[in-house]
Amino acid sequence: MVKLIINNLEVEAQEGWTILETAKFYGLEIPTLCYHEGLTPYGGCRLCLVEIGEGKKSKLVTSCTYPVEEGLIVRTDTKRVIQARRMMIELMLSVAPYSKVIQDLASKFGVTKVRFKPRNEECILCGLCVRMCHEQMDAQAIGFVNRGKDLRITTPFDIRSERCRLCGGCIYICPACQLRCQGPETETALCNACLTIEPTCLDYYDELQCWMYNAGRCGTCVREEPKK
Amino acid sequence: MKKINNTSEFNDLKRKIEESKSNQKTTITISSGTCGLARGSNHIIKAFQEELKKQRIEDKVELKITGCHGFCEVEPNIVIFPDEIFYQKLEPKDVKEIISETILGHKIIDRLLYTDPQSNQKFIYKKEIPFYKKQKRLLLENNLFVDPTEIEDFLAVEGYTALNKVLTELSPEQVIEIIKKSGLRGRGGAGFPTGRKWEITRKAKIKEKYIICNADEGDPGAYMDRSLLEGNPHSVIEGMIIGAYAIGASKGYIYVRDEYPLAVENVTRAIQQAKEYGFLGENILGSNFDFDIEIYKGAGAFVCGEETALIGSIEGKRGVPRQRPPYPAQKGLFGKPTNINNVETWANVPLIINKGPEWYSKIGTNGSKGTKIFSLVGKINNTGLVEVPMGMTLREIIYEIGGGILGGKEFKAVQTGGPSGGCIPKELLDLPIDFESLTEAGSIMGSGGMIVMDENTCMVDVAKYFLNFLREESCGKCLSCREGTQRMWEIVRDISEGKGKEGDIELLEELAEAVKDASMCGLGQTAANPVLSTLRYFRDEYEAHIKEKKCPAGVCKDLIQYFILEDKCTGCLACIKVCPQEAISGELKKLHIIDQNKCIKCGACVEACRFDAIIIK
Amino acid sequence: MDISTNKVNSILEKYGIQKKALISILQEIQAEYNYLPQEALIRVSEALNIPLIDIFGVATFYKAFSLKPRGRHTITVCLGTACHVRGGPKIVEEFERNLGIKVGETTKDNEFSLETVNCLGCCAIGPVVVVDGEYHAKTTIGKVKTILKKYQKRKGE
Repeated sequence: MVKLIINNLEVEAQEGWTILETAKFYGLEIPTLCYHEGLTPYGGCRLCLVEIGEGKKSKLVTSCTYPVEEGLIVRTDTKRVIQARRMMIELMLSVAPYSKVIQDLASKFGVTKVRFKPRNEECILCGLCVRMCHEQMDAQAIGFVNRGKDLRITTPFDIRSERCRLCGGCIYICPACQLRCQGPETETALCNACLTIEPTCLDYYDELQCWMYNAGRCGTCVREEPKK
Repeated sequence: MKKINNTSEFNDLKRKIEESKSNQKTTITISSGTCGLARGSNHIIKAFQEELKKQRIEDKVELKITGCHGFCEVEPNIVIFPDEIFYQKLEPKDVKEIISETILGHKIIDRLLYTDPQSNQKFIYKKEIPFYKKQKRLLLENNLFVDPTEIEDFLAVEGYTALNKVLTELSPEQVIEIIKKSGLRGRGGAGFPTGRKWEITRKAKIKEKYIICNADEGDPGAYMDRSLLEGNPHSVIEGMIIGAYAIGASKGYIYVRDEYPLAVENVTRAIQQAKEYGFLGENILGSNFDFDIEIYKGAGAFVCGEETALIGSIEGKRGVPRQRPPYPAQKGLFGKPTNINNVETWANVPLIINKGPEWYSKIGTNGSKGTKIFSLVGKINNTGLVEVPMGMTLREIIYEIGGGILGGKEFKAVQTGGPSGGCIPKELLDLPIDFESLTEAGSIMGSGGMIVMDENTCMVDVAKYFLNFLREESCGKCLSCREGTQRMWEIVRDISEGKGKEGDIELLEELAEAVKDASMCGLGQTAANPVLSTLRYFRDEYEAHIKEKKCPAGVCKDLIQYFILEDKCTGCLACIKVCPQEAISGELKKLHIIDQNKCIKCGACVEACRFDAIIIK
Repeated sequence: MDISTNKVNSILEKYGIQKKALISILQEIQAEYNYLPQEALIRVSEALNIPLIDIFGVATFYKAFSLKPRGRHTITVCLGTACHVRGGPKIVEEFERNLGIKVGETTKDNEFSLETVNCLGCCAIGPVVVVDGEYHAKTTIGKVKTILKKYQKRKGE
């Protein structure tokens, strides 16, 4: 067993776990996008960043890929992490503005404007479809081609792949094309909810109970009427 | 050639070589690395070979074809030993005169001597030339004495002596202690203490280990490693064998970038020769230590200079960097403990073994020991490779060794560290060069590229150039790097085209911080450096582009105009002839005028005009 | 283009069934055909038992490889920092104008391909242009036409 500290909490993890797996085990929430339990972690979306170490040597790493170490100090919501996270969401929004998954993330983490020219490409190259195709569906029909600004996901030579069995796994798992924004009228749309809910727990407690972004977790807001 | 099986046979061979080299033959050494060849050194060589034959003095005069001598600006050049007479900027027609006047007649040919651009003084002997005088050429100097195709030349300059000492007198742990004590830090850019890296790799519990020589040298403007590999490949090989012995590795790889065909050729031959002589292979010098080296060619990807991406490339995959930990020292090539070092780092190893770590640690500064080779290029008079002790100031390098700025222009900045580095301005010219001081100034040591910029270099354009480079070379995995470099480039491009607006600089800074923090590998983490460092020292230039829509340096096309001066134009029609857009009108002996609507700012007219009549506004 | 599977097979035999040799194998195929033919990649995929998409992914990642046939003459303009500062981009534009193609493309008659490279290490003689392995030092906008003429003349050979 490996002992480490997450958000001042001493936790124990199994050898070979990642920080994210450990956090999940303890119910600590770290936002993710390209992470999926059934697939190998990729670390491409940079959303699950956490700050490790202290002082000058501290740095941000993706919790989905970073293995636990004895005595590791992890903080999931420092200023640096929040600023980086917000910029990642802003960058993602500029590429896939109509993706509900990314819009939800934007609302949740306070990204209210996109200062880059939108490209409407929809694909944020999170690689979930590739890993789904290679690992779960064992087809190996699609993959990454080129690099840098030209990075894309496609089939060999951009033509119909013989190995593709039309299983639809890639479409199923894609966060950008999963749900499209339906507009502000939808009942349970999170982006809707955040805009109208005011955290009410401050009426009862000295500090925010839901760590500023998981509105509804403590239940106070949802159960009681928002007080002006 | 009989294989050397043990130390005493090695010592016998050394003695034999010493004796044969001791007869003082006149030697003409010609610098013939890639840039020498590009300047026509092969024609000079042929001319010498023919003339020596014609004069029947082939047995009295030796023509030695070597790698780069480092003074690239004046190539093709030769050095005539034993006096070390230096002749430069040669043409084939000079050869006859050199042989008759200098070799046979013992007279100096004045017009072939090097002239200092600042003092106009002529120099006869190499060691007096300011370019060479202030350098400390511990690694590069041997390039003048070694024909890279002849292993015995290397043996004649103490070659493989360090290896012999290591295999007969030292244990692997002792070797590691020596390297640690010397203070040697990696020369590839990050500056990690080499001895400590070796120690970690040695301690890894898996028996199968690898060492790699990183000769990817992707930084544009840096070519130190190429010169070492082309000119003295055995120095690197010897370092690798010693390192492998210390670490416990039995196989090594030299990863050379695809763009260096001559280096690949010379290293391949050197490995073959080393094998023939018994320095590589099984039971090296009778020590029971086995080691072999394989060459691997890169395929054109800057990111493969990053050690984990390099490993991926050797494994036959896309060069995508990997999460560390696990570090290559624990789990590297093919999953085994691997130690990767830069070419120059490996080349320092035999030197440290031969001269001792105490001697080595006296050179340089407290935190940065030894010498560093820099490629001094750009708007500098004496372009070339310079090797200086750590701690020498930028001013000394640029003015005393480099001979000052090309065309007598004003110095503006020097860019170090390639796309991961930054620009150092005039105010910091007295900065001593070492790892820490460069980082504090907002740049990095990097692999050694030093690009000098003058008043006609636009810093916004420089930032745009590097960002464009990075957005193409990024592997693309991390959103922060891939999208971040793309968006930073878009903002800087808009600024350079006059489309910048209030808030752009602040957005650039915010984005730069995020890219630095959120990216996984060195490429992404340092991608913001060119932008941040140019903003730090040249913010006013950015603001001029944004607020006044002006490019002070006269570079950004959309913000400048080419204009013909009435008092200088002679009406010679030269510019009209070369203009691809037929944008210049005018008659013979009458003032020519540029139609600004048609002008595409290609610069052909400025080049063609012999009267400096065309200016950029 | 008609490719001989024999040549590809002999390259594969030279390296054996080693997945790690993929890049070296592709380099030899590139050298042989001046590009990577689709059929060759399919053959390599079969021989090394690597999914075709992975081969394609490697082939498109590295700049040394080309999926389209390169021209008879490849013009490479150095755009390293030193050459950039000495006016390299203007040389590229002049070539583009004269050949009627953009960087990365090949002329319709398959004679010239225009590429850029990020540093050849000949910074002292920049701007550098390499055509078919021949280095041209201190190129100027005016010299571009001369360089092209030199290789266009050889067309008839």
